[in-house]
Amino acid sequence: MSNIPENVRYTETHEWVRKDGDKYVIGLTDYAQHEMGEIVMAELPEVGAEATKGDAMGGLEAVKTAEDFYAPMDGEVVAVNEELEANPALINEDPFAGGWLFVIKVSDDSQFDGLLTAEEYKTHIGE
Amino acid sequence: MDKRTPLYEKHIALGATVQSFAGYLMPIKYGSIQKEHMAVRESVGAFDLTHMGEFRVTGPDSTAFLDKLLTNDAGVDNGKAYYSTMCYPDGGIVDDLIVYRIGDQEYLMVVNAANLDKDWAWVQSHLQGFDVKVINESDETALVAIQGPRAQEVCLKLTDIDLNAIGYYEHTTGKFANVDALIARTGYTGEDGFEIYMKYPDAEAVWDSVMEAGEEFGIVPVGLGARDTLRLEVGYPLYGNDIDHSTTPIEAKLGWVVKLKTEKPFIAREVLEQQKAEKPGRYLVGMKVTGKGFPRHGTPLFSGDRKVGIVTSGSIAPALGQAVCLGYVERGFQKRGNELEAEVRGKRIPLKIVKIPFYTEGSRK
Repeated sequence: MSNIPENVRYTETHEWVRKDGDKYVIGLTDYAQHEMGEIVMAELPEVGAEATKGDAMGGLEAVKTAEDFYAPMDGEVVAVNEELEANPALINEDPFAGGWLFVIKVSDDSQFDGLLTAEEYKTHIGE
Repeated sequence: MDKRTPLYEKHIALGATVQSFAGYLMPIKYGSIQKEHMAVRESVGAFDLTHMGEFRVTGPDSTAFLDKLLTNDAGVDNGKAYYSTMCYPDGGIVDDLIVYRIGDQEYLMVVNAANLDKDWAWVQSHLQGFDVKVINESDETALVAIQGPRAQEVCLKLTDIDLNAIGYYEHTTGKFANVDALIARTGYTGEDGFEIYMKYPDAEAVWDSVMEAGEEFGIVPVGLGARDTLRLEVGYPLYGNDIDHSTTPIEAKLGWVVKLKTEKPFIAREVLEQQKAEKPGRYLVGMKVTGKGFPRHGTPLFSGDRKVGIVTSGSIAPALGQAVCLGYVERGFQKRGNELEAEVRGKRIPLKIVKIPFYTEGSRK
C-alpha cells in the first residue's frame, strides 16, 4: 500500500501539492516513485518559468523508464529542488519531503481546491 | 491469461514486482534494480528464466537441419554450446539463441520467450527433407541462472560434478541439488556463472537450494530489470530492442556467428555474404553519454543537423555510474571516438562512440 498523506492534494498524473503560505510545493507521489523505481536523474524547470496547468514541467529518468511531470496549477516557478541534481534518489527515499520537485506561486488559489483529495487519489490508483 | 513459472510463489514471497512479459508473469525486480545488478557484478545473483523457450532437436539430420536454419556452425563437439542468429531469407533476424549440443544427433535450442510461437512455426516450416524430430519442451522446462564471480562457489555446494571441467559455453548433464539437470556455463551478464535447466516439478527444490547455498555469499534474487542492465553494460544485443526482422547480423556486428568461412548453405547466406562484401549501410555501436540525460530505445541520433541513427537500448550502467546506449548509425559515422548527439525532449545530449563491452571487469571465463 502506498503512503498517501492527507495533508496534501493530488493530481491524476501523480503529483502531490502542498500549500505553503502563498506558495505551493509539488512533488511525485509515493505510488508513482515506487512504480518508476530508482530515479537516476531529475530534469527540473527553470526558476521563473511559467507553469500552465497540465503542461510538462520536466522529466524523471528511472533505470528502466522515463516520465514527465506536470504543472498542477497555473502559476510561476519560484524554486526548484537543487538537491536532486546530486541525489535524485531522494524522490524515492523521501517523496513527500526531501524529494520535492518545484515550488510555484499562483494567482488564483481556488485551483488548489479543484485537486484530488487523498481519498480521491487513493481511488484513482485503485488502492 | 499469463502463465506462471513454477517459482512464481517464491517471487511473490520475496516481494517481487511481477509484470506480464512474453506471456508469463515474471519478476521485474525484488527491490532495487541497481542493487540486484551490483550483486551480480560483485558476488552472485539467482534468476528465474523459465520463460525462455526450449526446443529439442533429435535425429540423424540434426546437424544438417540446424546448419540450414541457423547462421552459426552446428558442427561443435558434444558438450559444447554456441550462440547464433536465425535469419529470414532477406537476412533479417527471426531470433537469437543458444544451442547446446547434447549428442551426435541431439541438440537443445534455447530461444527468446517473446519469439517462441514465431520460432516454433519457423522451425516447423523447414522440417521437410530432414530426418529430424523437434519437440517443444518449453512448458516443462524450468531455467535457473546463477551468475556472478561467486557463482561457481555456490554451485559447487550443490553438485558432485567437476565444474572446473566445464568451460565457457560448455555443459553437462547430471545431478544438481539432487535433481536431474543440464548444467551449462552460459549466461547473459558478462559474469561467470551457470544456467541450470530442469523439469518444472524440480524447480522449487533447485531454487531453494541455490538461495540457501548462496547465503554465505550474499546471493540475491535478480529480476528481468537487472538482467537488462547487466546485458546492456556488456553490450549484448536484446531481440526486440537491438535486433529484429529489420536488422541483419552483419549490421548488428554479429558477423562472428555467421558461418561464411564454411561452405555450408544456410538460409540468408547469399544476402549476408553480399552485405558483408559491400558493407552494410549502418552498424550497431556502443555509445557513452557524455552529457546529462538518458537516451532510450527510439531516440534519434544526430551529427550536427543530420540524423544519422537511432538508439535501440539505453539505460544507466550501474557498475559504471553513467548512461550508455546501443544504437544503429550510418556507415561513416560508426568510428570509435566519434561524437554524436541524441535528441531527448527537444534537447541535444552529447554522446561518444566507444568500444563494447562498456564494462570490462566481468568475471566471464
